[in-house]
Amino acid sequence: MVADITERFASSMAAANVESTRVEAAAFEAALEEVVESPAVGAPLGIEGVSLEDTAVTVPPTPRLLMDAETGVTRVHGGIAEYGTFVIQSDAEGTEPVSLYPRTHVGVVRASDLHEDVESVAAWLDEEFDAGRDSAILATGASATGDMGEIVRGVHGPQTVHAIVITDR
Amino acid sequence: MSETTTRAEKAARIRHLFQTEGEAVFENTNHINNGRYEANARTDDIEELRSTARRIKEDAIERLPELIEEIRESVEANGGTVYLADDAADANRYITEVVEDNDAESVVKSKSMTSEEIDVNEALEANDVGVYETDLGEFVLQVADEAPSHLVGPAFHKSTEEIAELFNAHFDPETPFETATDLTQFARDYVGEQIRDADVGMTGANFVFAESGTIALVTNEGNARKCAVTPETHVAVAGIEKLIPSVREFPPFAELIAKAAGGQDIATYLSLLSPPVDSPVIDFENPDEPLSGGGPEDREFHLVLIDNGRTAMREDDELRETLYCIRCGACANSCANFQHVGGHAFGGETYTGGIATGWEAGVHGQESAAEFNDLCTGCSRCVNACPVKIDIPWINTAVRDRINRGADPERFDSLVEGLTPDEEPGGLDVQKRLFGNYGTLARLGSATAPVSNWLADLGPSRALMERAFGVDRRRELPAFERTTLRDWFADREPLPSADDGDRSAVIYPDAYTNYVLVNRGKAAVRTLEALGVDVAVAPCYESGRAPLSQGMIETARTNATRVADSLEPSIEAGRDVVVIEPSDLAAFRREYDRLLPADRAENLAEHSYEIMEYVYGLLENGADAAVLEGGADVAYHSHCQQRTLGVDVYTEEVLSKLDYDVVTSDVECCGMAGSFGYKSEYYELSMEVGDTLREQFEGETDRTLVASGASCHEQLGSLFPRESVHPIELVAPR
Ligand code: SF4
Repeated sequence: MVADITERFASSMAAANVESTRVEAAAFEAALEEVVESPAVGAPLGIEGVSLEDTAVTVPPTPRLLMDAETGVTRVHGGIAEYGTFVIQSDAEGTEPVSLYPRTHVGVVRASDLHEDVESVAAWLDEEFDAGRDSAILATGASATGDMGEIVRGVHGPQTVHAIVITDR
Repeated sequence: MSETTTRAEKAARIRHLFQTEGEAVFENTNHINNGRYEANARTDDIEELRSTARRIKEDAIERLPELIEEIRESVEANGGTVYLADDAADANRYITEVVEDNDAESVVKSKSMTSEEIDVNEALEANDVGVYETDLGEFVLQVADEAPSHLVGPAFHKSTEEIAELFNAHFDPETPFETATDLTQFARDYVGEQIRDADVGMTGANFVFAESGTIALVTNEGNARKCAVTPETHVAVAGIEKLIPSVREFPPFAELIAKAAGGQDIATYLSLLSPPVDSPVIDFENPDEPLSGGGPEDREFHLVLIDNGRTAMREDDELRETLYCIRCGACANSCANFQHVGGHAFGGETYTGGIATGWEAGVHGQESAAEFNDLCTGCSRCVNACPVKIDIPWINTAVRDRINRGADPERFDSLVEGLTPDEEPGGLDVQKRLFGNYGTLARLGSATAPVSNWLADLGPSRALMERAFGVDRRRELPAFERTTLRDWFADREPLPSADDGDRSAVIYPDAYTNYVLVNRGKAAVRTLEALGVDVAVAPCYESGRAPLSQGMIETARTNATRVADSLEPSIEAGRDVVVIEPSDLAAFRREYDRLLPADRAENLAEHSYEIMEYVYGLLENGADAAVLEGGADVAYHSHCQQRTLGVDVYTEEVLSKLDYDVVTSDVECCGMAGSFGYKSEYYELSMEVGDTLREQFEGETDRTLVASGASCHEQLGSLFPRESVHPIELVAPR
């Protein structure tokens, strides 16, 4: 079941031009190294056994790091399998700006946090809102615009998005 | 000023816009319109989503006062402030105060039509506050000092080359910009700097959740996210109609809005923010301080809810639906007229496209809507495009009716007054009165044919018609037949096969079929009889379509009543009503429930069929297709209202059953749209729209041209040297 939804999430992400890596927690650091371009900035992940501590990613973020970093690494708190969507909750550690400012966003998501569709994610968010975590971004793929007459990727938000799905969490 | 001068000026203004902005608008709107069709086709439950979204909006507007109270409580509990502004001035005063209290020198904005509606930029700039648009489309317009031409793509009227030219002149870069990528990169960096320096971020809101005090922003660029979370003060401006109960009601809108607005399955960013947010304020003046602080201690949030006429709209039976609008722009993209001229012609002070009539009448007043309302021809292609199922053509009709009733008496009134007794006020535009009474004119024209035809073609007479009624002299007028369909029918014997089957039908002869395109009526009679149907022909009464298209609702109501009176006995006697002109079937099925008591409208709609739909049914139920003519190459243009009703498929099915090789057009409308193409102020636009159809069939010289609608037939006559026929004429036994 979990394997299925992870599969659907990955294929939807691929359709949205988002690459993804599926690893167990123990292999996280190696997988991260593969996809992070330095300089990199991050916000604490808060996933058991998965941390940015011994990686090339600088935590906590500063305004300068937000400006200069190539990559921003954050927790992704939920996912929508149907569309390959990240659900990124706002927090005091700066997850939201770190996922937004750098050119590449690497989102780390637990397989157990994936949801099937918008409907089920809304039901989950409803509970989260009640618990006080009442701001979240549903982000699908890279930022884009058609305002200059053609579709261009990478506007105010990231140009490249990568997901690391922790399959045993 | 004389009507002729006014019409000529209007024609010139429209011509200027389709020549200068039409091409870019056409490309952008068509691209998105096609994307919408594709995205919707990928979604199994699209109709269910639309119905659910509609229900949520209906309920929310019904409970609006309650939701306003709730949002006040929830935002305040979160640590923010709600201000309910009566009108634009009130909103601007409040926003200016907030900005002053923050000692702000600059404000960064994400795209918001509501902020355009209140002209907040001007108000702030008058107070020496720099206002920077961060949506790239809005940024282009700020540089160009122009107004948006589309709800979603404000700069849809500009091509990449034009934007490059603008930016090269304005910013004088070392290497001139050429591509969309150059321009995007530059604009992003330029705007990015404004965001870092700004003291206040201002956003709109696509939805507001009352329960949690959340604003939902739908974007692709990411600028709204930056504007909302970077500065410590966030002001969100939203019309009161944006309120929905909670995040639980959000899913259908999340699914629908990007499909309708951009042909995307889902928007890149759906930001659900319950400010003041926990995210730390980003202080670029202290770049090496770790980010910290957020929430109500460090952030300030103001939700400015705008009324500005909306409470009155809510109480107005005709305008209320406008408040369900989620401003996706699909009605504009699916509109043939809009595709060719864009929102600078098809729009009012702020809003653009079909629904702009409702918005402008509601927030800026009827005069603003009157400027462009006639560009809605009632073709109804937007009806299925709208994610919340708003009857946009009806809003246009209803507002047109009000504009008519508010009009001053004009000259020439007496010319039509005696000729065309209708239910409309004196002073109604004579052009509208003329076309609104088409049925009467056709009857007189037929009675006096061929003299009437000969007269109508005389130079001086056409000049008078143009001057008095604004009937463009470049348009060929329909030629009336002396022998009407009813005359012909009365004088003949039915085919021997006529009562072989078990159905009997009454043909509703519209004025065109009875007096002008009589052959299609004859073909219908022969076909049905050949298929074993016992046929009768009803009296020729105008359905109400013609007056409706001129905004003459009371006349349409009288017409509808007479038609129902004349058809009900036949229905009672077990006859099916068969309609040849799609726009009249559309009146029966779509508009009669607004003109007649519900049971009468329902009864008529239930027993009426489009002619090819009926033939399809007969063939499916065992009638012998071999008696019909088959097997030719045709180029088929179905009718806009026929497609909205979804009955165009029957024509295609029947033709394919009979071994026709069919090429179909995919333009939304032929451009003629009833009387629209006759009007001197719109003639050129109508031909410009028609040209897109001409291009589609240009290479099909060996195919017979086939069209279902009378006005499509007229338009094809102007576009191509050869004649077109109705599908029933194609298949009718010779
Ligand atoms: S009326 Fe419907 S289609 Fe038009 S902008 Fe509003 S929601 Fe979209």
